[in-house]
Amino acid sequence: MDGVVKVAVSDDGLVIAGRKFKSRLLLGTGKFRSPAEMARAIEASGAEIVTVALRRVDLNNPDDHILSHIDPSKYLILPNTSGARNAEEAVRLARLARAAGVSDWVKLEVTPEPRYLLPDPVETLKAAEILVKEGFKVLPYINADPILAKRLADIGTVTVMPLGSPIGSNQGIRTKESIAIIIEQSEIPVVVDAGLGAPSHAAEALEMGASAVLVNTAIAVAENPEGMAIAFKKGVEAGREAYLAGLGKPLMTAEASSPVAGLPW
Amino acid sequence: MKKPDFLDAWSSLQGDILNRACATIKNSGAEDVDAAIEKVPTDFRGFLALLSDAADGRMDKIKKAARDLTAQRFGRTVNLYIPMYLSSSCINKCLYCGFNSSRDYKRRTLELDDVQREGERLRAEGFRNILLVSGEDKRETTIELLENSVKLLKAMDFSFVSIEVAPLSTDEYKRLGDAGLDGVTVYQETYDREIYERVHVAGPKMDFEKRIGAAERVASAGIRSIGIGFLLGLGDFRKDAICLAAHVKYMQKHFWQTNVSVSFPRIHYTPPGFSPENKVSDAQLTRLITAMRLANPDVTLTLSTREAPELRDALFGVGINQASAGSKTVPGGYSLEDSEESENGQFPVVDDRSPAQVAQALLKLGLEQVWKDWDPNLKPVEVSR
Repeated sequence: MDGVVKVAVSDDGLVIAGRKFKSRLLLGTGKFRSPAEMARAIEASGAEIVTVALRRVDLNNPDDHILSHIDPSKYLILPNTSGARNAEEAVRLARLARAAGVSDWVKLEVTPEPRYLLPDPVETLKAAEILVKEGFKVLPYINADPILAKRLADIGTVTVMPLGSPIGSNQGIRTKESIAIIIEQSEIPVVVDAGLGAPSHAAEALEMGASAVLVNTAIAVAENPEGMAIAFKKGVEAGREAYLAGLGKPLMTAEASSPVAGLPW
Repeated sequence: MKKPDFLDAWSSLQGDILNRACATIKNSGAEDVDAAIEKVPTDFRGFLALLSDAADGRMDKIKKAARDLTAQRFGRTVNLYIPMYLSSSCINKCLYCGFNSSRDYKRRTLELDDVQREGERLRAEGFRNILLVSGEDKRETTIELLENSVKLLKAMDFSFVSIEVAPLSTDEYKRLGDAGLDGVTVYQETYDREIYERVHVAGPKMDFEKRIGAAERVASAGIRSIGIGFLLGLGDFRKDAICLAAHVKYMQKHFWQTNVSVSFPRIHYTPPGFSPENKVSDAQLTRLITAMRLANPDVTLTLSTREAPELRDALFGVGINQASAGSKTVPGGYSLEDSEESENGQFPVVDDRSPAQVAQALLKLGLEQVWKDWDPNLKPVEVSR
């Protein structure tokens, strides 16, 4: 086909809130056996955005053992509100983080149920509305709910982050059809978050057209977190390259191998 | 229609179901244990197999599964907390306890500036998670003292404050929740009513039903975290384990926003004249902890300084993800010059390593000590039932 533009992998970048990133792997910093091991894994993963649980850190302490191991000039520190069970708590935590100079980006996590840690859609939407109005860059963690994703985008969140499966479950993508709909309908980056237990799961998300993935447990509790971080990095890259190369998309009629880029949608 | 309560659920377990469950435990073999480890989280049948003698023969495999599950859910971390004894005054006569009212020694209740002083010492050691403990005596451990102590400790930047005191009313728990209380621990001691009534011979604690209903009163009041458990050595640990597991499931089902944790206090020392009928060995304790972990991936499991260093080290991360360190079990114990506490404490501290030494031990085990896992900005929940 004429006029087709093949997207070169080297030009392919993730853009969130107007900021460009080379890496499509975001890393969570919980569950590691030591801050030093956490720092090595982050380095090995190539991640540029790392999340930090506000309930774990001591914002008033410059020597906080998590924050002091993450160089803010190298990484975008994305505070998360994990532990919050309603909008009020999440908003309070986000404001504290901004006031302490951590960031005005916030990963919104509102999880009232302490076992599966599934996100509360109602409270998430409430909190997002407040925080967006206050100028935060909001990245909300949600169940794979396409309508909720649209509502959040409408009020101005900078991404949506649908779960693949419950936090820490390592089950991979169990919400595939819904995530596919979210990706299809979204005008903002879709970051698949939670439950990704293997590099192949991360690759699967990227192959589907997700903009990025967030991984924590699978890397933090691996026997060799640094090695696993490298593996996830490769998985994410492989998935993205496969997507750009036109992996298995149902095509129009009998076109055997038209490239993805250049098709009307 | 009467609201369901745990007493009903407990009642329906007694007799036939408990007996059949115990028979199942007795008849469990290696294949049953293997099947239990195969499918995690393990179901009720698997839980029973893991409590059986046959589990001892598969302990390496069981411990590996428990370690992996704990790491996956909680990370390679152990939360550290410290108890602060508010008062040793107690009007109950519990045959097994160091604070038994018939024991004749000078009792002490802290005043608020004692709480401040002790709190400062503990903050300086790094603690952010504190458990206020007291005997039962409403003249000494008043609701005002509890309320003011909670407020004070929260203001001193303890990020998680909980209490282990006599069962209170829902309104009293609500009042403490408003003051900033994050958690309550209340042990049933034993779910065997007959034994319970035999070892609690005087005082309000004799009331089995009031005690067994305490956990749900805590949750109804919106308190975020409830810690339950039984005292190992009183009742048959298998029967108590089954009732405890049922209690965990009940709380999770009826109070979905409440975090449930479990502890395993074991009788080692008892006052003269009392001997536990059902002593639990180290192997049996290990079975109990790993069984609880494999059946409940999301419940925090706690082991205190009652247990020896070697045993604690063997269990950190293998199910256990929360522990105390450097504990003193007398009021004012952190400010004491001499060591009078060992006779008059609630129980002897066997693992007397300092928090720093415990942190070192954890490091060697490939675990990180976590001082702070909560935040003052996370407040009690609104519960409608």
